[in-house]
Amino acid sequence: MSDTAVAPTPAPTPPAGPSAGSAPAPKSNQILRDIAGGSVVISILAVVLALVAGGILIALTDENVQAASGYFFSRPGDTINAIWVSVSGAYGALFQGSVYNFGALDFAKGIKPLTDTLTFATPLIVAGLGVGLAFRAGMFNIGGQGQMLIAAAAAGWVGYSFPLPYGLHLVLAVLAGIAGGAIWGGIVGLLKARTGAHEVIVTIMLNYVAVYLVSYMLRTPGLLQAPGSNNPKTPAMLPTAVYPDLLGPGYNLHAGLLVSIAATVFVWWLLSRSSLGFKFRAVGINPNAARVAGIDVKRSYVTVMLLSGGLIGLAGVAQVLGTVTTGFSSGIDAGIGFDAITVALLGRSKPWGIFVAGILFGAFKAGGFSMQAGQGIPVDIVLVVQSLIVLFIAAPPLVRAVFRLPTPGVAAKKKPVALSKAVAAK
Amino acid sequence: MSSPITGSGNLGVEVVDPGAVSSATQHEHPDSSKGLERTIITSWKAPIAFGIFTLIALVLFVVFGRDGISTFRLSNDNDLIQLPAVETPTRIAGVVVTVLLLVIAIFAYLRVRANRHVPLWLTSVFGVVFLFGFLAWAAAGQTLPVPGLLVGTVSLSVPLIFGAMGGVISERVGVVNVAIEGQLLAGAFASAVVASITGQPLLGLVVACIAGALVSFVLAAFSIKYLVDQVIVGVVLNVLVIGLTNFLYSQVLSKNAELLNSPPRFDRINIPLLSEIPVIGPTLFRQTIVVYLMYIGVAAVYFALFHTKWGLRVRAVGEHPQAADTVGINVGATRFWNVLLAGAIAGLGGAYFTLGSVGAFNKEMTAGAGYIALAAVIFGQWDPIRATLAALLFGFASNLQNVLGIIGSPVPSEFMLMLPYVLTIFAVAGLVGRSRGPAASGKPYIKS
Repeated sequence: MSDTAVAPTPAPTPPAGPSAGSAPAPKSNQILRDIAGGSVVISILAVVLALVAGGILIALTDENVQAASGYFFSRPGDTINAIWVSVSGAYGALFQGSVYNFGALDFAKGIKPLTDTLTFATPLIVAGLGVGLAFRAGMFNIGGQGQMLIAAAAAGWVGYSFPLPYGLHLVLAVLAGIAGGAIWGGIVGLLKARTGAHEVIVTIMLNYVAVYLVSYMLRTPGLLQAPGSNNPKTPAMLPTAVYPDLLGPGYNLHAGLLVSIAATVFVWWLLSRSSLGFKFRAVGINPNAARVAGIDVKRSYVTVMLLSGGLIGLAGVAQVLGTVTTGFSSGIDAGIGFDAITVALLGRSKPWGIFVAGILFGAFKAGGFSMQAGQGIPVDIVLVVQSLIVLFIAAPPLVRAVFRLPTPGVAAKKKPVALSKAVAAK
Repeated sequence: MSSPITGSGNLGVEVVDPGAVSSATQHEHPDSSKGLERTIITSWKAPIAFGIFTLIALVLFVVFGRDGISTFRLSNDNDLIQLPAVETPTRIAGVVVTVLLLVIAIFAYLRVRANRHVPLWLTSVFGVVFLFGFLAWAAAGQTLPVPGLLVGTVSLSVPLIFGAMGGVISERVGVVNVAIEGQLLAGAFASAVVASITGQPLLGLVVACIAGALVSFVLAAFSIKYLVDQVIVGVVLNVLVIGLTNFLYSQVLSKNAELLNSPPRFDRINIPLLSEIPVIGPTLFRQTIVVYLMYIGVAAVYFALFHTKWGLRVRAVGEHPQAADTVGINVGATRFWNVLLAGAIAGLGGAYFTLGSVGAFNKEMTAGAGYIALAAVIFGQWDPIRATLAALLFGFASNLQNVLGIIGSPVPSEFMLMLPYVLTIFAVAGLVGRSRGPAASGKPYIKS
């Protein structure tokens, strides 16, 4: 596995690799730095490229386009027109579903898609922060699904069980969720620190364990199942435990967004202003060097996984106390645990980068659904565009080659860095 | 220190104990006393794990022992050679198993105290005995169809094993392959479509290879040419392939299911004589051509990786590309073509989903098998045979759920379902410990 995921693995073992003397420096973060070196132009062009590729896919599979292309050589205009109709319709719907609905009667209704985007972005941001934080310490956390489920179960249980005063109840429920996620993530860090168990295996396995554990609790009366019901679903959250609406009842946007913003600030502070974050980054860049410098690498693994799990837990909390407050079932994680990996990658594991990436992906999610409803284009095209964006952003030379951009000074400076790093890693 | 190239690749020779490595190199550490301490802790893992499992056995099989007779049915009705069903009183079986486990645990403890390794076969024996005890306990008063259990295991393991082979080759040559899931899914999709259109399952198999190799091509191009982080490319490729196949499925396949998504399936081929061996025959030799390909594939990968010039080059490039480059091996090209090969093999595993077991292609039908295969690669310590065994273990675990679901189990089914995954965590933490991949895996190589 790559540096992010696996290179750290050999690290805890005293120099086990071929390079007994020179510690193998994980190159993941160097790559991330490499990505960051690309200009804003590259990022925008990457988005354009991905949208073009998605458009081609939409056009190719559109029935009208296929029909018109049958007589392309007699009336090429028809084909081009059909392509334009299908692609512009799709992306128009995507935009109107995620930013501003021009068909709405007034501004208040027109802006609703934007608030939906932010609602979808809320869990993505915190979960992305969790995955990104683990990345920075050289850990690959694929366990978002399990951590979210456990957090949702904990927060949900507190949320519907005891009647508590306003404010206190919400705080307690959120804390329970964070604790749930942190425990589930902490197990991974603890096992890695104590026994060297590979975090990729353990997180995957814990995902399954969490799924079965939560489904058991959901179908067992007295645990999470709503009383008097046979469905594997919890009761609705008490109003005291629910995130308050930010813009009133007409919108879905809830105070979880503020939590996500606060979490972003916290992770930014942690990584760039605190000594703990410095240790994380040192461990992520080169665990051997970090150990020699006196950093307790094992403790860092545990701490970072606790924090990572806690942040991802916040995503579970946002789902049960914000988005789906009428009680949840075992699909509450909605794939966010895996989306978070892409969000963290697109955000280059930097807090504000993840924030922006989370909003972008939230927009794709919100817009994707309205595109499916309005234009009949499967929402999965969004996955294609998202993954292409990450791919293109990760490879600036490719984007430059496609657009025939001159290799700028940035690239000239960047190359040697990568070179020396890779050689040093040998 | 142990040579990195043979380090984890030596089959048959004892596993290179992480503890041994650490003690051998501890003089390079400022805190050598700490290293020494860890050496002891590391090697004590197996007895401790055995002890925990023995305790579980004691509690489960003896304290909460169940009365009744557990029947293991060894033959199907239409088998040529009929074996009688084995019947054991559940409680006695539980006690015997617990005692046996205790003996093995004490033996392991004594060996470690004498500063010797706990051999792999002992761990295997321990696992088999524990498993038998567990099955007997779960099947109290019931009949457990052993052939069905094993046939299902092979069936569920096939894609995992193909995926794991793809992962082993790719990582041995120095490119982390997180994209196994994508390769499986692409193989499943392509083989379903092509086999449906042409009516030729064999052609579907070929196309599955090509589709897997195509996914690998992107992985190789981005990671070798553009030096993008391999894990990033792998994860993103998985998402990309899921998105693409889902999109095409909803947009194209589901509208013309008869034409595009009704592939013919391979027939089972009974191998004469071998297929009549009790228990083993139905399990291994009444399978489709994909499964036979898998046997050949695993053997070929093992042989080629450790006994041919090609394998030596692959491992050299994965462990120390600079050294390989110095002796004239083209690192970039070696990596590129072998990653493509890895994708092609994983693609075959995808074809098994559509042409071997399920039939029609379905959205995300691989359901995380690629990630499990990745776990098998790591669990199997980047060795084809061990990875195959790990994949079989995962396959057995998921099939056990089905079988126990049918005969009914004494504890809530969810706990049965999660048991294999919990055991895997225990096994990874307790027995395998630190797994060390090929040294240069995940690192781009830039010729200087």
